[in-house]
Amino acid sequence: MTPTATPTRRQLHLPPVPASPFPYHRGSLLSIQDLTLEDLSHLLARATALENQDPLPRARTLAHRRIALLFYESSTRTRTSFELAAKSLGADTALVSNLSSSIEKGESLKDTGLTLRALGAEAIILRHNCSGAPWLLEAATRLPVLNAGDGMHAHPTQALLDLRTILAHFDPATKTFHLEYDKNSVILSDRSAAQGVEGPASLSSSPAPVIDQLTPETLSGVTVAIVGDILHSRVARSNMLLLPRLGARVLLCGPPQLLPELAAAAGPGISIERNLEAALGQSQAVMMLRIQAERLAGLQLELEEYKAAYQLTGQRLAAYAPSALVLHPGPIIRGLEITAGVADGPQSLILEQVRHGVAIRMAVLERALTASSENSTGTLPATAGNGGRA
Amino acid sequence: MTALIIRGGHLVDPAAGIDALKDILLKEGRVAEIAAPGKLKSANGTQVLDATGLTVAPGLIDMHVHLREPGQTHKETIATGTAAAAAGGFTAVAAMPNTRPPNDSPEATRWMQAADRNASVRVFPIAAATRGLKGETINDYAALKSAGAVAVSDDGLPILKESVMREALTAAARAGLAVIQHAEDTRLTQIPGMTAAMNAGPVAFKLGLRGWPNEAESSIVERDIRLVTSLREARPHLHVAHISTAAALNAVRQARRSGLRVTCEVTPHHFLLTDEHVGLYDTHAKVCPPLRSAADREALIEAILDGVVDAIATDHAPHAVHEKEVEFDLAPNGIIGLETALGLSLRWLHREWKMPLGRVLSLLSAQPAALLNLKGRGTLAVGSFADLVVFDPKAEWTYRAHEGKSKSHNSPFDGWTMQGKVRWTISEGRIAYDAESAG
Repeated sequence: MTPTATPTRRQLHLPPVPASPFPYHRGSLLSIQDLTLEDLSHLLARATALENQDPLPRARTLAHRRIALLFYESSTRTRTSFELAAKSLGADTALVSNLSSSIEKGESLKDTGLTLRALGAEAIILRHNCSGAPWLLEAATRLPVLNAGDGMHAHPTQALLDLRTILAHFDPATKTFHLEYDKNSVILSDRSAAQGVEGPASLSSSPAPVIDQLTPETLSGVTVAIVGDILHSRVARSNMLLLPRLGARVLLCGPPQLLPELAAAAGPGISIERNLEAALGQSQAVMMLRIQAERLAGLQLELEEYKAAYQLTGQRLAAYAPSALVLHPGPIIRGLEITAGVADGPQSLILEQVRHGVAIRMAVLERALTASSENSTGTLPATAGNGGRA
Repeated sequence: MTALIIRGGHLVDPAAGIDALKDILLKEGRVAEIAAPGKLKSANGTQVLDATGLTVAPGLIDMHVHLREPGQTHKETIATGTAAAAAGGFTAVAAMPNTRPPNDSPEATRWMQAADRNASVRVFPIAAATRGLKGETINDYAALKSAGAVAVSDDGLPILKESVMREALTAAARAGLAVIQHAEDTRLTQIPGMTAAMNAGPVAFKLGLRGWPNEAESSIVERDIRLVTSLREARPHLHVAHISTAAALNAVRQARRSGLRVTCEVTPHHFLLTDEHVGLYDTHAKVCPPLRSAADREALIEAILDGVVDAIATDHAPHAVHEKEVEFDLAPNGIIGLETALGLSLRWLHREWKMPLGRVLSLLSAQPAALLNLKGRGTLAVGSFADLVVFDPKAEWTYRAHEGKSKSHNSPFDGWTMQGKVRWTISEGRIAYDAESAG
């Protein structure tokens, strides 16, 4: 016997883990991992195209299609931007919240979903406090389900809008970032605009240069720090699983109670840097997170100590990351994870992120309602988008 | 009761050291005679079962099931649970006391065994170790034993207080019963607002679920072993239910080396599945203790093959469809197992991992019988109870949970290939399950 690295005495054949049947509907967006780089590129391109499109023809994209927003948790940004995105595409929306519906009387998620489907909903946008709820809803209804945040697990549209924000300040040629929102420098191309379809812009007046296709090298050499309450953050999880696929390195930064060591094992390209200043010094973008008091439960956290170590202050930013992009998914707690000066300062892209959210959610909704129903591993149909409608 | 002859089968009785073609005569609920093939004379009226090509073994004994009656009969009843047991080759099941109300009295213990419950096979109640399963006041173990209890446990919950556990071990030793501990430090797993939903580790982190750390099990096992050590004069028997971690197994292994009466059981789902099988929030893979890491699973398999594990038990825990079809965090823990334990054990332990058939069967019959002091069971020696399973050891079949006899279908093994198909299950001389007439 030759000695081996692991002293396994028996080579055992073990039962395999079965392949996942999800998503059942190819229009669903349950987690960011469900999207190929091609899907991502397409969504970003559609976001730009839709954003730039004239509002009147755009409102025919999903005219009178029915979309339900099912919210088990409070939300300002996500709910409003999904709703505005749906309305911009002409869809009819209905909002159901756990506090003003039969959910309060004990109706299950499955029954709520089936009821919405019976009412004519063609897609459901779900925000839920339990991780995994969108999978249950999709299995029960077989409708396209858009995950608008599930528990501590995932928030794929946030990761998409964060990516769009980062790319909007990125020069792919030099691999550098700039703080100005420069219409003519970097944002994914509007393919239809490039093909000559006219599209007056809400934010810009000329189509931008092209990152035609995201690749595993698009963000190579870029480091993004995610700072704060990683443990309870679905935003952190979705971003740490997305950015390394484009070549970026993700640095997680926070105290052990909010950032367990095993977080680094969640995927490739993720590492832990407990010291905020060291993390800032290495990063071109820094994503700050709120401490999720509602999920802390028994966890004891000394807030003054936390602030001393992890608050993003103007001083820290100036000393260690004077040109880094500052992002925050919101809601921000001024004076806790971030000072008011930084939140309102020139490096802050917090409100720009919110704007990108509407564009991204238009693209995701269009995909949801124009994808054919069966799950397939193939690419999106060529007609995805405003085919024939615009 | 008519006599019954089983002819032509291959008799495997590890306890009696038999592994040969034999005919066997059952009379008045007991094994009357074992003889070479063709040597038994059938008197008039004797029913003959042709077991040619089949294996005849002692009826299986599951020392850990939840029959849900009284109180939660929409999940299972004693009648449906024991029908599932019979279909799975079991002739005896030990029923945990966490019913509603809990079985913590001699009356309840007798009620569970009454003929009115229409059990297909024998039910041996395990009585609550403490009043109301509250972990505070121990019950009268002698009285429970004379009512038929075969062990005491607060299963579903641990006996958390050290002083109460010490008392329970002492009193159970005096009564000649094992204390079966559900080893879970609920101070680590059931913190209000953050109850653990699965094994702590990278998979739980990725799924955004609260984790159940290994230490919550091993620390209780280690503490209990310290108690058993300090009480060694009294010879208490500590049995660790559904052991799931390498650390807890090591503690048991060491305790045994130092001569303590510390035993353990492993479930098929823990030795076959890992936390990866939770997949995308499959509530059929939600169980307590949770499905563990690949390393822990490997430790469990090694411990079974090495003889550290004393029994395979299912922890059969039925839940209605609507109870499992909810958000992962909200779903109850539990997996049914009575109809898959034999098929999975033969398929994996025996065929894949080459454990001798006799040893596999012993883990499912003779050894649990010994742990619970079930006299005359777990063997087919002449004079024993006529509890048998007759199965085709080569037959492969696909398990369909909704076709089972259990009232519930919450199994992660739906659609899995099983090996070894039960042909007859005979409980005290009576055919409790017949595959050909099973509807």
